[in-house]
Amino acid sequence: MVGPGRSRCCGPSGAAPAMNCRAEVLEVSVEGRQVEEAMLAVLHTILLHRSTGKFHYKKEGTYSIGTVGTQDVDCDFIDFAYVRVSSEELDRALRKAVGEFKNALRGSGSDGMGQISLEFYQKKKSRWPFSDECIPWELWTIKVNVVNLANEQERQICREKVGEKLCEKTINIVELMNRHEYLPKMPTQSEVDNVFDTSLKDVQPYLYKISYQITDSLGTSVTTTMRRLIKDTLAL
Amino acid sequence: MDTDLSSQDRKDLDKFIKFFALKTVQVIVQARLGEKICTRSSSSPTGSDWFNLAIKDIPEVTHEAKKALAGQLPAVGRSMCVEISLKTSEGDSMELEIWCLEMNEKCDKEIKVSYTVYNRLSLLLKSLLAITRVTPAYRLSRKQGHEYVILYRIYFGEVQLSGLGEGFQTVRVGTVGTPVGTITLSCAYRINLAFMSTRQFERTPPIMGIIIDHFVDRPYPSSSPMHPCNYRAGEDNGAVYPSVEDSQEVCTTSFSTSPPSQLSSSRLSYQPAALGVGSADMGYPVLFAGGLNAAHPHQLIGPGKEGGVPPVPNQPAHGTQADQERMCTPLDGVHYSAATPSSSEDTETVSNSSEGKCGSPHDLLETIFIRKVGAFVNKPINQVTMANLDIPFAMFAPKNVELEDNDPMVNPPESPETESPLQGSLHSEGSSGSSTGNTHDDFVMIDFKPAFSKDDILPMDLGTFYREFQNPPQLSSLSIDIGAQSMAEDLDSLPEKLAVHEKNVKEFDAFVETLQ
Repeated sequence: MVGPGRSRCCGPSGAAPAMNCRAEVLEVSVEGRQVEEAMLAVLHTILLHRSTGKFHYKKEGTYSIGTVGTQDVDCDFIDFAYVRVSSEELDRALRKAVGEFKNALRGSGSDGMGQISLEFYQKKKSRWPFSDECIPWELWTIKVNVVNLANEQERQICREKVGEKLCEKTINIVELMNRHEYLPKMPTQSEVDNVFDTSLKDVQPYLYKISYQITDSLGTSVTTTMRRLIKDTLAL
Repeated sequence: MDTDLSSQDRKDLDKFIKFFALKTVQVIVQARLGEKICTRSSSSPTGSDWFNLAIKDIPEVTHEAKKALAGQLPAVGRSMCVEISLKTSEGDSMELEIWCLEMNEKCDKEIKVSYTVYNRLSLLLKSLLAITRVTPAYRLSRKQGHEYVILYRIYFGEVQLSGLGEGFQTVRVGTVGTPVGTITLSCAYRINLAFMSTRQFERTPPIMGIIIDHFVDRPYPSSSPMHPCNYRAGEDNGAVYPSVEDSQEVCTTSFSTSPPSQLSSSRLSYQPAALGVGSADMGYPVLFAGGLNAAHPHQLIGPGKEGGVPPVPNQPAHGTQADQERMCTPLDGVHYSAATPSSSEDTETVSNSSEGKCGSPHDLLETIFIRKVGAFVNKPINQVTMANLDIPFAMFAPKNVELEDNDPMVNPPESPETESPLQGSLHSEGSSGSSTGNTHDDFVMIDFKPAFSKDDILPMDLGTFYREFQNPPQLSSLSIDIGAQSMAEDLDSLPEKLAVHEKNVKEFDAFVETLQ
C-alpha cells in the first residue's frame, strides 16, 4: 500500500467516506499477465490529473509551482499506450501497490476477482489525543476480473479487447475529471501537507492511498489489506 | 458583455486562451509524430512552462498555429481546428481526426481568471495528453513510415467534419468556463477506416522519375498545405521509438501493402513536382477549408527544401516561449504574485524569424512517397517495369513498349554458336538448344558464367563442373521400373519389419530417453 511518506496518520479509511466524497467505479476483465499493466494505466491516468508541480512558497503569501513532465508508456501485454507523470518515485510507489495486488489475486482462495482503490483525502488536524482525521474527497475503485484463456488466438483477441476497454476507461476518467467538482482549496504553507503529498521530489500529487480487496469465489471479501496503514498508525 | 471583468483579468484571460490554443496544437501534433514523448518534471519552476506542464514547443508547429490564428482567438463561431490525416505513398489520403477548440456563449462570471481558469486549463491539457493516445489515429501514427505518413493541418473558422466519413465518433476532452465563454475541446474521429484507392491501376509505362534511395531525405513538396507529423525536435528528447516501421495490418484498408519486389508501375517513380501541385494532377483529394485564412500553401521546413534555406541550429524548446507571466493565487486570502514577464515580444520575434529554418536535426519524411524497387535490385527502370507489371506472364504478352527491345528477357542476345557439349544438359526439357532470339521461345540459352571464375585457367572450369554435376543421373532405386517392383516387395515385408521393431521397443525407448 502506498501512503504519504511521513505520517501523522489518520485512522483507517475503512470508515465510511465523507458525505461529499465522490466515488467512481471502473470494471475491467483481464488476463493474469495483464493485471499489472491495466492497473498501472488506470492509476497513472488518474494521478496525472491529480498531480501538480512542487509548490515553492516564497515570501509571505506567494508561491510558485514546478513543472510536471509526462511520458508515454507502451504496454507489453495490452494493445494500449498511456501517459504518466514523469516521476520515478511515483511510478515505483504505484508499481509496488499493484504488485502486491497482483500477488494477492494470484493467491489461494481467490477466484481471480478483486478490486483496487485509489482514494484522495485531506487531513484535518485534531487536538491531542485524537489523531488527525482523514477526509476522503474522491474514491476510485477498479474492479478486476481475471480470466483464463485457452490458446494464443484468444490471448491476441484479449490484447485488443482490453486495449479498447482501457481506451474507454480513459475517456471515462477524463470525463469525470473535467466535471470540475470539489477539489481541496489551495493550501497555505503550513497546510500544504494536509492536502498534498509533499514527499516526492519532483511532483506533488494530492494525498492519496491505495488499498485492495480480494474476493473469493463466494463473493465475500477475504483479505482486507490495511496492514501497512494500520502499522503506520500504530507506529506513531 | 464582460464589464465585470477587469482589464487586467481580460488581458490575462486572452493570454491564457492564446497559449492554451498553442499548447493544444503542440500536444496534438506531437502525439501524432509516431514517437514516444518524454519530458522531465522540474521541481523548480523554470518560468517558461505554461500551465505548469512540460510541453515542448516545436517551432514550426507554433508558427503554423499562429499563422492560422492570425492574431485572433477562438470565439463563438470561430474555432481552431487541427486536422489529422493519413496519406499513403501512392498519394491517397484520408482524414482521420479533427480536434476542435471552440468557445461558446455560456459564461461563468464568478470564476477567477488568474487562478481557477488557469488551473482548469492545465487540467484540460492533461486530459488532452491522455485522450490523444486513445483515439485510433494514435496507433496508426506510431506505425507510420514507408507505407503512409500522418499529416496535420491547422485552420481557423468553421469546423468541417465531412471528410471523416460516415458514422464518425466524437469524444469530448473537457470544458473550462470563463467569464467570456466556455472553452470546449473535443475530437471527432473516423471509425470507418476502410479505404479505397482513388486512382485506378494504369498499365502505362512508368513515369520516368527518380527512384530515391531509402535513406535519402526527400524534399517535401512545397505547395501542399498538409504538414508531416514525423518532425523530430532533436532535443534532449528521451523518446527512442523508431518511427519507421512497415505496417501490414493497421486498419481494414485496401490500399496495397505489397512487398517492394512486386511494385506496380505506378509506384516506381517519385514525382516531386506533381505531389505538391494539387488534386487535379494526381487524382487524390487535397483538402482546403472554406474560409481558410491562410489558404495559400506555404513552404515547409526540412532539409533540402525549395529555396535552399540553410538550416539553423535548434531553438531551445523552452527559451522561445513568449509571455511568461505566471500567477498563482492560493485562496485563504493569500496574495498572489505575478512573475516578471520575460522579453516576450523579442523572443516571439526570434522564433518567428527562424520559421522555416529549423532544418538540420529534423528528419522530414525520408520515405514519403518513394518506392524502393527492392533491395539489391540493380536493374534499369525499364526492365523492372516489364518484370513487374501486374498481369500474369507479362513477359510473354505482346509488347508495344519500345523499351522491350532492350530487355534481354524478351530479346535475348544471340547466343554463341559454339557451346560446350555439356551445355546440352542445361534445360534438358523442351529446349531446342540455342535461342534464336524469337520472342516467343519458352527458354533462352544464356551462357552460364559463374562468378569469380575464369574460363582459361583450367581445362575444366567452374562453370563446366557446375553444369556437369548439376544434373546427376538418377538413383537406380528411384527409377520407375525398379520402384514399382520394390513397392510390392516393401509392402510384403512390412509385417516382418514391424514384428522386429516391436521386439526392440525397449531399445528404442532407451534411445529416445537419451535424446531428451
